[in-house]
Amino acid sequence: MTHAAATVDQMRPPYPAERGLDVYNTKLGMWIFLASEVMFFAALIGTYIILRFGAPGEWAKPGIVLNIKITAFNTFLLICSSVSMVKAYASIQDGDQKKMRFWLLMTILGGAAFVGIQVYEYLHLIEHGFLPSGVREGSELAELVAKGTLPAATMGLYGSTFYTMTGFHGFHVTCGVISMAYLYFTKALPGKYTKLNYGGIETVGLYWHFVDLVWIILFTIVYLI
Amino acid sequence: MTTVAATAHTTHAHHDDRSFIRKYIFSTDHKIIGIQFLFVSLFFLVIGGLLAMQMRWQLGYPGQPMPGGGILPETMAPGGVILPEYYIQLVTMHGTFMVFFAIMPLLVGVYANFLIPLKIGAHDMAFPRINMWSFWSFVVGGLVMLSSLFVPDGAARAGWTMYAPLSARHDFSGASLGQELWSVSIIFVGLSSILGSLNYITTIINNRAPGMTWFRLPLSVWSLFITAILGLLALPVLSGAAIMLLFDQILQTHFFDPAVGGQALLWQHLFWFFGHPEVYILILPAMGMVSDIIANGSRKPIFGYHSMVFAIVGIAFLGWLVWGHHMFMSGMNPTLGSSFMVSTLLIAVPSAIKTFNWMGTMWRGNLRFHVPMLHAVAFVAMFVIGGLSGIYMAATPVDMFIHDTYFIVAHLHYVLFGGSLFALFGAIVFWYPKMFGRMMSEGWGKVHFWLTFIFYNCTFFPMHILGMAGHMRRIYDPTQYNFLQPYQPMNRFISISAFLLFASQLIFFVNFWWSLRKGKPAGQNPWEDNGLEWSLPSPAPHGNWEKLPTVYRGPYEFSSPQVAEDYLPQYKRLPTDREPASALLAGH
Repeated sequence: MTHAAATVDQMRPPYPAERGLDVYNTKLGMWIFLASEVMFFAALIGTYIILRFGAPGEWAKPGIVLNIKITAFNTFLLICSSVSMVKAYASIQDGDQKKMRFWLLMTILGGAAFVGIQVYEYLHLIEHGFLPSGVREGSELAELVAKGTLPAATMGLYGSTFYTMTGFHGFHVTCGVISMAYLYFTKALPGKYTKLNYGGIETVGLYWHFVDLVWIILFTIVYLI
Repeated sequence: MTTVAATAHTTHAHHDDRSFIRKYIFSTDHKIIGIQFLFVSLFFLVIGGLLAMQMRWQLGYPGQPMPGGGILPETMAPGGVILPEYYIQLVTMHGTFMVFFAIMPLLVGVYANFLIPLKIGAHDMAFPRINMWSFWSFVVGGLVMLSSLFVPDGAARAGWTMYAPLSARHDFSGASLGQELWSVSIIFVGLSSILGSLNYITTIINNRAPGMTWFRLPLSVWSLFITAILGLLALPVLSGAAIMLLFDQILQTHFFDPAVGGQALLWQHLFWFFGHPEVYILILPAMGMVSDIIANGSRKPIFGYHSMVFAIVGIAFLGWLVWGHHMFMSGMNPTLGSSFMVSTLLIAVPSAIKTFNWMGTMWRGNLRFHVPMLHAVAFVAMFVIGGLSGIYMAATPVDMFIHDTYFIVAHLHYVLFGGSLFALFGAIVFWYPKMFGRMMSEGWGKVHFWLTFIFYNCTFFPMHILGMAGHMRRIYDPTQYNFLQPYQPMNRFISISAFLLFASQLIFFVNFWWSLRKGKPAGQNPWEDNGLEWSLPSPAPHGNWEKLPTVYRGPYEFSSPQVAEDYLPQYKRLPTDREPASALLAGH
C-alpha cells in the first residue's frame, strides 16, 4: 500500500466496482464485526440478567464486595481515552501527524492503565476471597456471608457473572491496546497516516468507542445496581 | 487490513511468484482457501461417517463384537463390543463433526470462499488475511475436537447439543478433558465463522464488479450473503455460551448448574438461539447453489428470481424467532410454546415458495440430467420430505409424542443429508472444473448418485417408522425394551443400508482423486453456464481477472432468443447492451 499512500485516496471503496456502501472495506468490516460483538456481549449480559432475576434469593448489595470508587475512576479513565481517540482522529483529519501521535499515545496509555487497574482489582478481590466460583471458605468475605451481610445463596452466581463479563471486557480492552500500539509503531510513528489515509485510526477508533460503551453498560449493571 | 485489500488488486493474474507455503499452506487466495476447506472438511465428513457406522453396528447388532472393533481400546469396546459410555461419545461426536466440521464448512467455508469473489467479479475477498485466519482457526478447532477422541476419559458425552448440567458437571458426564476440549474447539469454530462472515458480507456489499447490481447476483451469492449475516450474529452467541460452559467446567462457575442457583434451561435457550439460525446456515447455501444448478440443468431462467431472494430473506428472518420449538418438552409455558409453533409453521411459506419455484424452473425446461442436476433434483425431493416432517414436529401436540425419538433423527438427516449433502455433491461436481481444471467422471458420478440416493432412503426413511413406534433418539440398546424388539429387523435393515451407503461414498472419493490427475480437461465453460466464474480459464488464476469483467444482465438468461446458443453469460456484451454507469465511472 505504501506506494499508493501519498497520492491515492484510501478512504474510498477499494477499486472500481458497482456502488456498495461508499465506505472503505476496513471500516465496513469493523462495523460488521461490531455487530457480531454486540451479539457476544448480549449473550453474556442476557445471561447475567436471567440469572440475577431468577436467582434463589437476594443479590449482594452494591459496594460491599466491589470497590465502586476505584472502578468509577477507571470508568472515567476509559471515557477520557475515548475522548483522546476522537482527538487523534480529528488531528489526522486535519493532517496534523504530531498531534495525532500524541493523542493516540494518550489513548494507549489510558487503555493500558484501565487494564492495569482492573488486574489490581482482580488480585485484590481474589485476596479477599471473591472467586469465580463464589466466596472462598475462611476468607474475609466468608465472614460477611456468615454475618448475613452478603447472601450465601447467590454469591456463586455473583462471582460467575462478574468475572466473566468484566473479564471479557478487559480482554477486549487489552486487544484494543495491542492493536493501537501496533498501529502506533508501524504506521503512526513512520508517518504513514495522512490527511487522505487514516483508515487505521478511524477503524480502531470505532472498536475503541464500542469497548468503551460496553463498559458503561457493564459498570452500571454490575457495580451500581 | 487496508494493506492487503490494496495489494490484492495490484497482484495480477499472470505473475505468481509466491512460495509454496504462501501459495498452498498460509494462502490468502480465496480459491486456495476454499480448496483447503474442501479437503479438511471432507476429511471430517469421513470421520463423522466412520463414527456413524459404529453406532449403526451397535443398533443393528447390539452387544455383538464389531468387525474390526478389536483395534479399539478396552475403554471403548472391549473385544469389539461397544460400551454404552463409548456409544454416547459416538452419538455426540458424530453430530458435532457433521454439523460443525463437515456440512457447515463444506457449505460456507468452501463455497462462500470459492464462489463469492468469482461470482461477483472481484479479485479476492475484502480481507484475504482475515480469510486465512478463519481457515486456520477452523483447523485448530478441528484438531482440538479430533484430539478429544483420544484423551483418557474419552470424548464429550452430552450429545452435540451439550445440554447442561450433564455437560457442565464432570461428575455427571464422567468425562472431564473431553468435555472441556469440546468447549474450546467450539470457541475456535465460532471465531472462524465470525471472521469468515464479516469477510463475505463486506466483499459482497463493496466489491461487486461494475454492473453487478443486487438483483443481478446469482442466488448462490444471495443465499451465502444471508447465511453470512446469520453466522455473524448467531455464532457469537454460541461462543459466549461455550465460554460460560467452559468456565463451569474449569473455573467452577455456576452458570448452568441448578444446584447452586444456575439455570440448566438457560443453556438450551442460548444454544438454540444460535442453533436455529444454524439450521438455516446449513441449508440456505445449499438452496442457493441448487438454484444455480437447476436453472443450468433446465436451460431456463430461474422461476421467480425476486421471490426466491425474498424467500431467503424471509426464512433467515423467521429463523431468529423459532428457537423455542426445540424446547417444547423442556418445560415451557404453553402460550409461549404456541407462539413458537406459529412462527415455525410460518417458515413453511417461504420454503414452499422456493420449492414451487424450483419445480416451475424445471417445468417444460430442456432438461439436462448431468450429475449436478441429478443431485439438485434429489435435493428438492428430499428437502420436501424433510420439510414436511419438520411441520410435524413444529406442532406442539405431535412433538410431544415424537420428541427425542428416531422421527427427529429421520427429519434432520432428510434435511442435512438429503438436503445439504446432496446439494454439496452437486456443487462439488459442478464447480470441480473451475477448482481443478478437470471434469469428474460423469458415468461414475451417476453410479455414485443412484447408489447414494437408494441407500440413503433405505437408511433414513424407516427411521420415521421407528420414531413413531417410540424408538428413543440416543438409546444404546433398543432390544432392552419389549415394545421395541419387533422393530429389530428394521434396525438391522437400516444398519445394512447405512453400511452400503457408506461404501458407496468410496466411489465418490475415488472419482474425486482420480479426476484430479486423470479427469477430462474441462475447458472454460463446461456446463455452458452464465456466471462470471466461467469467463475465466479453468482452474481460475491467482487474482482472478486481470481486468474486472463488466456485467450486463442477470445470471439466469438461458434459452434467450437474443443469441443462437441457449445460454447468455452475464459478462457477454450484446450490441444492444449499454455500459453500466459504474463501469463508465471506472473508466472501463
